[in-house]
Amino acid sequence: MNAPAAASALSAQAFKSEVKPVWCPGCGDFSVLSAITKALSMLELRPENVAIVSGIGCSSRIPAYTSCYGFHGVHGRALPVATGLKVARPDLTVLATGGDGDGYSIGGNHFLHACRRNADITYVVMDNHVYGMTKGQPSPTTEPAWPSKLSPQGTGLREFHPLVIALAAGANFIARGFSGDPNGVARLIVQAIRHPGFSFVEVLSPCVTFRPDQRSWKEMARPAAVEATDDPARAARRLMTDDGFNIGVLYTGKRKPYAPTATGAAQQPSALEKGFEL
Amino acid sequence: MTTKKARKRAPAPRKPVTEPRERSGAYADFMAQAYTMELEAVQRYTEFAEQMEVHNNPEVAQLFRKLATIEGLHAKQILEEMGWSQAPGPAHAQQWEGGEPPESAPMSEVHYRMTPWHALELALDNELRAEKFFAAIAKSSRTPAEVRKLAAEMADEEAEHVRLVREWMKRVPRPDPDWNRDPDPPFLGD
Amino acid sequence: MNPTPLQSVSLALAGSGGAGVMTAGNMLLEAAALAGYYGLMTRTSGPQIRGGEAAAMLRLATFATDSQDDRFQVLAAIDWQNVGRFAAELPLGPDSVLVGDPAQGEAPEAFTRSGARFLPVPFKALAKSISGGWPNMVALGVLGGLLGLAPAALEGAVRKATRKGGEAMNAGIAAVRLGLAEAAKLEASFPLAAAPAAARRWLVTGNEAAGFGALQGGVRFVAAYPITPATELLEWMAPALTKVGGALVQAEDELASINMILGASYGGVPSLTATSGPGLALMTEALGLGVAAEVPIVVVDVMRTGPSTGIATKTEQADLNIALYGLHGDAPHVVVAPNSVADCLAATQWAVELAESLQLPAIVLSDQYFGQARAIVERPRSEPSAPSRLLAQPDTPDYKRYRVTESGVSPVAIPGARGITYTADGLEHNEKGTPSSQPADHLAQMEKRGRKLASADYAERWATVEGEGEFAVLTWGSCTGPVREAFERARRDGIKARLVSLRLLSPAQPDRLRDALRGVKRTLVVEQSFSGQFHRYLRAEYELPGEVHSLRRPGPLPFHPDEIHRKLLEWSRP
Repeated sequence: MNAPAAASALSAQAFKSEVKPVWCPGCGDFSVLSAITKALSMLELRPENVAIVSGIGCSSRIPAYTSCYGFHGVHGRALPVATGLKVARPDLTVLATGGDGDGYSIGGNHFLHACRRNADITYVVMDNHVYGMTKGQPSPTTEPAWPSKLSPQGTGLREFHPLVIALAAGANFIARGFSGDPNGVARLIVQAIRHPGFSFVEVLSPCVTFRPDQRSWKEMARPAAVEATDDPARAARRLMTDDGFNIGVLYTGKRKPYAPTATGAAQQPSALEKGFEL
Repeated sequence: MTTKKARKRAPAPRKPVTEPRERSGAYADFMAQAYTMELEAVQRYTEFAEQMEVHNNPEVAQLFRKLATIEGLHAKQILEEMGWSQAPGPAHAQQWEGGEPPESAPMSEVHYRMTPWHALELALDNELRAEKFFAAIAKSSRTPAEVRKLAAEMADEEAEHVRLVREWMKRVPRPDPDWNRDPDPPFLGD
Repeated sequence: MNPTPLQSVSLALAGSGGAGVMTAGNMLLEAAALAGYYGLMTRTSGPQIRGGEAAAMLRLATFATDSQDDRFQVLAAIDWQNVGRFAAELPLGPDSVLVGDPAQGEAPEAFTRSGARFLPVPFKALAKSISGGWPNMVALGVLGGLLGLAPAALEGAVRKATRKGGEAMNAGIAAVRLGLAEAAKLEASFPLAAAPAAARRWLVTGNEAAGFGALQGGVRFVAAYPITPATELLEWMAPALTKVGGALVQAEDELASINMILGASYGGVPSLTATSGPGLALMTEALGLGVAAEVPIVVVDVMRTGPSTGIATKTEQADLNIALYGLHGDAPHVVVAPNSVADCLAATQWAVELAESLQLPAIVLSDQYFGQARAIVERPRSEPSAPSRLLAQPDTPDYKRYRVTESGVSPVAIPGARGITYTADGLEHNEKGTPSSQPADHLAQMEKRGRKLASADYAERWATVEGEGEFAVLTWGSCTGPVREAFERARRDGIKARLVSLRLLSPAQPDRLRDALRGVKRTLVVEQSFSGQFHRYLRAEYELPGEVHSLRRPGPLPFHPDEIHRKLLEWSRP
């Protein structure tokens, strides 16, 4: 390399907006924001051709921190908004983003159906096992014994396993990242966006305020020992026995993406009047 | 910390090891990586500065901005030295051991109540990692000779930075033991 | 016997599942249409999914009507199993006749106590005399005969229904002829007066008309969850959308369907969902998002009897409150109501235009009565709407999505447009769309959103206003048909009155109503709601002149003209 490569692609920085995040310094979501902008740069996309959709929660603030088109909707409904947008505008690159409460609790039903519907969208969940914006209540992925004001003895409930559920529901791409490795997360998001159909990237993203214990994730996260599989049965066995800290692409399916938009020449609605005429 | 001191930390222009037209591809690749490392450090420090600004910690914000400026000078210097008019390829073209460039502090290592001393501690870690990074390249038998020499020079420079940051740390007060104490609970959001 | 020709005849055909009463009813309506008449068919059925009792209820007339008549002249039944359950929906009088198969036993007492005469017709035996003959086709012939419909019209309807032709068609025609011959032997007849001049007419349900109106308005994306009685609207739209280059997504629930249309509309494609009360209740949070983020969407609520699951298959006008006031926060939006089966087209198209031009959610309040009624109507005039969303130009300098403008409407960037990206937000925001808790931003955006409703020109579409005089009836939706018919009768009694049927329920139009009611001394409010939701709404939003009375009752029975006529007589005389 004797001269700089012609840089037609935008830098990651160009995918950031003027709006500064309200997240606590140290929050894993900063890394995910950085990873998303890096991924979009790596894919040589333009901000106007990307839409980032979210619900409510700390991590759901992401869209406005990017220079892409954004939609910050209501709690738990990012996936339906993203689905409607993708079906209506297949030309756009559509990402849905959010947290574990937004995606697995209030939005749980949409998560199941987005996996099985398999629209060509990428869903990035920043999982910190806690509700941050409402001050530290347990989420579906919180450990059963974790005490909080709302459940002083812990919930006693078994954790939701997003990856196993995504696989069972039909997600076409399943990966896990760790916010401590933003470049790694960026590469996962690149693969997720490139993979046709519904791609699910769960990112372990520690909450420094309500879950300081998650500092230990740095020591626990490690690259998955084996390559991604396209065999759901193998993926199921692997995910069921996984301790939650294997990082990488874990499953890549081959299902055809959902795309109901009609092809062929569109008629004028007046052509339908015949059906009413005597 | 005054601007004068900051300026003092800025490295003197490095004398090129070889004339530009004689530089090999490996040399340019090495410089591109060094450049990316500096640039990412600038971005990371800037991001930290912005976080501190949002969280009403102007003293540390200012310090992070200063650190960003210093790293920016390093980056600029590389461009000048190589006669490059723009960045040598996208940042993601570079691979780093452990995922992140050595001079970029992990994003988890900041706190809204952190003090200048903490910020310098973080900068010190960066410089130490950078020194180690270049020293390893200089020592590796797989590194081409002209790059090895340059890497050794850069490792020396980083060692000098380590010394400077250590000096600097002596001049800022050490944090109180309860530096991160906040008597109020977190606020409610959406 | 040569009775006076009638301007309107109401008939019902009842029977258990498998009898094919709906099929025969539809063919009778079609035959009447072919013969040049107007008409309306509604339906009722038992709670069983299959095999239950059902009745097709028809009114055929020389004039267009959206109202059932006070009584049915003819109730024919293939069998009487549980048909007595429909007594409240099938009012008869001493001049009515019950036509039944003697082999199926006597007509239920619930019907005979009206004084209606029983006329035996052995439907099954007659049908058996033809190879492949069906009792419902014999009944079709009998009913056509009682009406004096031209055999050619009846046979035409059979031909149209049995498109494949062959044996089924021949057997159907033979059975109809048998029925016609049988009718001639009966000591009854209800001949319709000569049909009005031929014109281009449609045979359409309110749900189909609403679906067509949506397409004419530009809707190209629909997401919805099945719900009675809105499902037929969706079933009509699914294939229609694919023909016009759009798409329909069956969502996992109503929360998803409304959020999907928000996403599609954010992407620049006019979008709609259809539901009923329980679904609308689930959608109210996202409707507020549409208001705050200024995303145009249309929700058609085909109202059914509530609250809760209520009576899913029957009509009521009791979703008015939730449509007007169900959203949290101050959330200005549009509520439009069709006031005839045919108006389901225009009202829905108008709602799309308003949503698109004002960048907000619009709710269309149709109901089960309109939605599932099949009517012969004058062919509605409808041209496709011109796209009316105000778009921002790419690379607009200093682009602000929520710029405060005089009209309140701000140019919107559509994804793909360069240099004007923004984030749509349900959080209160400043002009740029950045979340803000500043009182000044909240006030400015509130005023801007409110101004949009005030700035629109609703022209004469806000209401249907008819007649004159010091007495007025205020109504809306499916009550309009019966009120109009009661008016005709009152006019013959020499009563002068005005009819005002509101089509635009939100925003309220107090100035327009004041003008429409100038000089009025007494007002009667007619609605199908137990608590008088429409009456309360009028009291809250409008100045009503003089004395005001409320005539109201809950669903599921539609109003009959007679009860409104009596009220008019009683109350309109000084």
